[in-house]
Amino acid sequence: MEPVIFEERADQIHRKGSAPFQIACNKESLAGAVSQRACVFCGSRVVLYPIADALHLVHGPIGCAAYTWDIRGALSSGPELHRLSFSTDLQEKDVIFGGEEKLYRALVELIDRHHPEAAFVYSTCIVGIIGDDLAGVCKKVSEEKGIPVIPVQSEGFKGNKRAGYNAACQAMFQLVGTGSTEGISPYSVNILGDFNLAGEIWIIQDYFRRIGIEVVANITGDGRVADIRRAHGAALNVVQCSGATMDLAKMMQERYGTPFVRVSYFGVEDMAESLYEVARFFKAPEIMSRTQNLVREELAVLYPQLQQYRRALRGKKAAIYVGGAFKAFSLIKAFRLLEMQVVLVGSQTGTTEDYRELAEICDDGTIIVDDTNPLELSSFLQEQEVDIFVGGVKERPIAYKLGVGFCDHNHERKEPLEGFVGMLNFAKEVYTSVMSPVWRFLPRHQQALVQGAAPVAEGSKS
Amino acid sequence: MSSLRPARKNAKPAPVPYVSTTNACKLCTPLGACLAFRGVEGAIPFLHGSQGCATYMRRYIISHFREPMDIASSSLGEKHAIYGGGPNLKQGLLNVLCKYNPQLITVATTCLTETIGDDVPRFVKEFQQEYAARGDATPLPPIVMVSSPSYQGTHMEGFHRAVRALVDQLAQAPASTAAVNLLPGLVSPADIRYLKEILGDFGLAGIILPDISETLDGPQEATYSKIPAGGTPLAQIAAMGGSQATIECGATLKGQDTAGQLLADRFGVKLFRIGLAIGLRETDLLFSLLEMLSGRETPRSHALERGRLLDAMVDGHKYVFGKRAVVYGEEDLVVGLTAFLAEIGVRPVLCASGGNTGRLKAAIAAVTADLLPEFPEVRGGVDFHDIAEEAQNLAPDLLIGHSKGYHLAKRWQIPLIRVGFPIHDRFGGQRLLHLGYRGAQQLLDRIINAILAKKQADSPIGYGYL
Repeated sequence: MEPVIFEERADQIHRKGSAPFQIACNKESLAGAVSQRACVFCGSRVVLYPIADALHLVHGPIGCAAYTWDIRGALSSGPELHRLSFSTDLQEKDVIFGGEEKLYRALVELIDRHHPEAAFVYSTCIVGIIGDDLAGVCKKVSEEKGIPVIPVQSEGFKGNKRAGYNAACQAMFQLVGTGSTEGISPYSVNILGDFNLAGEIWIIQDYFRRIGIEVVANITGDGRVADIRRAHGAALNVVQCSGATMDLAKMMQERYGTPFVRVSYFGVEDMAESLYEVARFFKAPEIMSRTQNLVREELAVLYPQLQQYRRALRGKKAAIYVGGAFKAFSLIKAFRLLEMQVVLVGSQTGTTEDYRELAEICDDGTIIVDDTNPLELSSFLQEQEVDIFVGGVKERPIAYKLGVGFCDHNHERKEPLEGFVGMLNFAKEVYTSVMSPVWRFLPRHQQALVQGAAPVAEGSKS
Repeated sequence: MSSLRPARKNAKPAPVPYVSTTNACKLCTPLGACLAFRGVEGAIPFLHGSQGCATYMRRYIISHFREPMDIASSSLGEKHAIYGGGPNLKQGLLNVLCKYNPQLITVATTCLTETIGDDVPRFVKEFQQEYAARGDATPLPPIVMVSSPSYQGTHMEGFHRAVRALVDQLAQAPASTAAVNLLPGLVSPADIRYLKEILGDFGLAGIILPDISETLDGPQEATYSKIPAGGTPLAQIAAMGGSQATIECGATLKGQDTAGQLLADRFGVKLFRIGLAIGLRETDLLFSLLEMLSGRETPRSHALERGRLLDAMVDGHKYVFGKRAVVYGEEDLVVGLTAFLAEIGVRPVLCASGGNTGRLKAAIAAVTADLLPEFPEVRGGVDFHDIAEEAQNLAPDLLIGHSKGYHLAKRWQIPLIRVGFPIHDRFGGQRLLHLGYRGAQQLLDRIINAILAKKQADSPIGYGYL
């Protein structure tokens, strides 16, 4: 068989134990390699999308808006404006004569119709090329309508998803600091980098409430413009998903002196440690003791329920390919808790530091990969004889065609995987896939399915 | 519950010329091109543009078909957008060639590369020359190109342009054959399998382009295929110019420069253009064509299916008569569905599409003229915001279309009969049958059962017989 790894990509793959750690990453995707990555626009869109009372207008031809219409299960407890897909649907004549007039009229029309608290206007590939003055139009509409109208510089080709995260953070930073911070508790946080998929941020909010901490702004799951405007009043930024909102945390630290901590809500260990870290920050004994109680209570419920899954899954092999590397750490720990072995781990946008840390916690023989593609994934999954693959929609058919179980840990999940209860849901989902009887019938497993049928009566004909 | 259903009003509001689009009822041009290209044997679709386009379209298509859908990309970055995407295109082609070993590479452009003015045919020509100069042992497969900027038309224009490009760039000077070219349009893998069965039963050698019956609905296999098996063989595409006739499906293709038209103009292949064979009479038209081209009568198994369909139409007529339906989706699909609804006594009240060929109304009139007491509202180039506003006054009982109209079904608490592409909220979209007597039968069953299910659910009595 031809090697599936491109020469140019060989340095983006590391096998733990085979050589000293070294990996190349944060590069442009290789042309023709069928990267699983998206683009700058995608990065901005996923971060800002859950802000539910803002208008999200995509300035460009229809595709960018169509493919991001309500694609994530980012839930809102109130308004649901984010679930609509707005576009200027640029046509050829707009490309030739410019799209500013259309953008202006579309913005006015949509703001009049929906009365949003703010509007985000996303730039797509061709907007920069045709030279539309996005900022100028936004400023004009903002003055006329009296709401923030914020350009998001998210031209698809101007980097990868990380650049899009940065553009989103720049856009949100224009809101931060414009609201009143009156009445905010000294024991308060902003939740950054949680997108409330399947209602996950509500689980986390509930934990914070139980330990006596006020949440000022959700950034951005179940997010509201007014909350983000007063986010600088919070005592601490609690940042999950290092790539997506870290830039905002850094900008807030620089301008408003808001410190931040990095956390993860996936898996028992990381979830507990996240709460402890926040509790330690506030140096209030009652918060710490409430946190200890909370963790104890949750574990007392969780552990007995986990046992049956653990028994069934012990020793099975898992592969992980996710967008951001932070999630991979938690997943490795979660699989450890289930006594499973991680044999492949990778991400679309990890940094050298991320991969180095991953290599440190992985077993020898584990493949670590940056910005991979279907050919490599299919080859690795076969080589490592994986039982379950954790990824997103684009990875699912690869697993299934290979007769490998799959767990969707991406934006389309409908069961919460964060928090203590999320660990249970995760175990259940892994179990549901790995233990299914369907795998044994697949041609890959090369088993004779049935014995030849024997007659029950011999009969008399020869 | 029923109060949620929009009431019928007589006053029709003045149409508002919207500028913005809300919840589009269409997809972008290159997506259609990629779907068509996936239906060629050994082909790998390739998008010349930024990485996101390929990834978004892959995700969208995978969610419907539940199959791998590799689309390569030239992954343009900022400097390429400024200095031109030629080098990346060439590198991408070379990489795809090395790793996928394709029989064909199909390059579709995107809005970015069209706007920066990349001359793809020139880049490809240069690539072919440079490759020849390398003296590599592996021969270069053909490369088919199509211009598909997303600011021109919808995914259907992309689809038809891609099919035309395949024929334009691959069909050769022909030896005459008795084969029949069948250009089915964008239909499901199940539809294509059924069309093959029909052609086979008539004893006709058919060339179906594109053929996604296996490539986008493949079996489990012992090994992983980089490019799924199936698809129209290249040799068959090359031979299309020699076929006795082309049947091109699409009621709104009238007057267009399509693959069928090209085969007629360049090779003198007789062109028959019919709508998608949905419902009784549109299917009759297809079968009468096949009778003529094959010189055979409709095989008994198909005549029986027609007979059973008629029998079912009688058995079910009272359940559906007078029900008011909103139909949306691709224009040709909408025409076919509307024809069938009219045949069974459902009242199409709004026929809508994001496509905007300007030919939708005439095409609907042609298939429903003698059946409908009142002509439906017909709207091309609309989004779901427009559809909702329009339907608000039409008191629909049913929605018929793809998954993206579900929010309206939920709001109005009426059934949505899922057809076409994409089906993102149900299982088995790739196996939905729309065409022919068999497809009509399944559609009829599904429509009636949706009505019965709602009636049963809404009733406090709990009838066990309906």
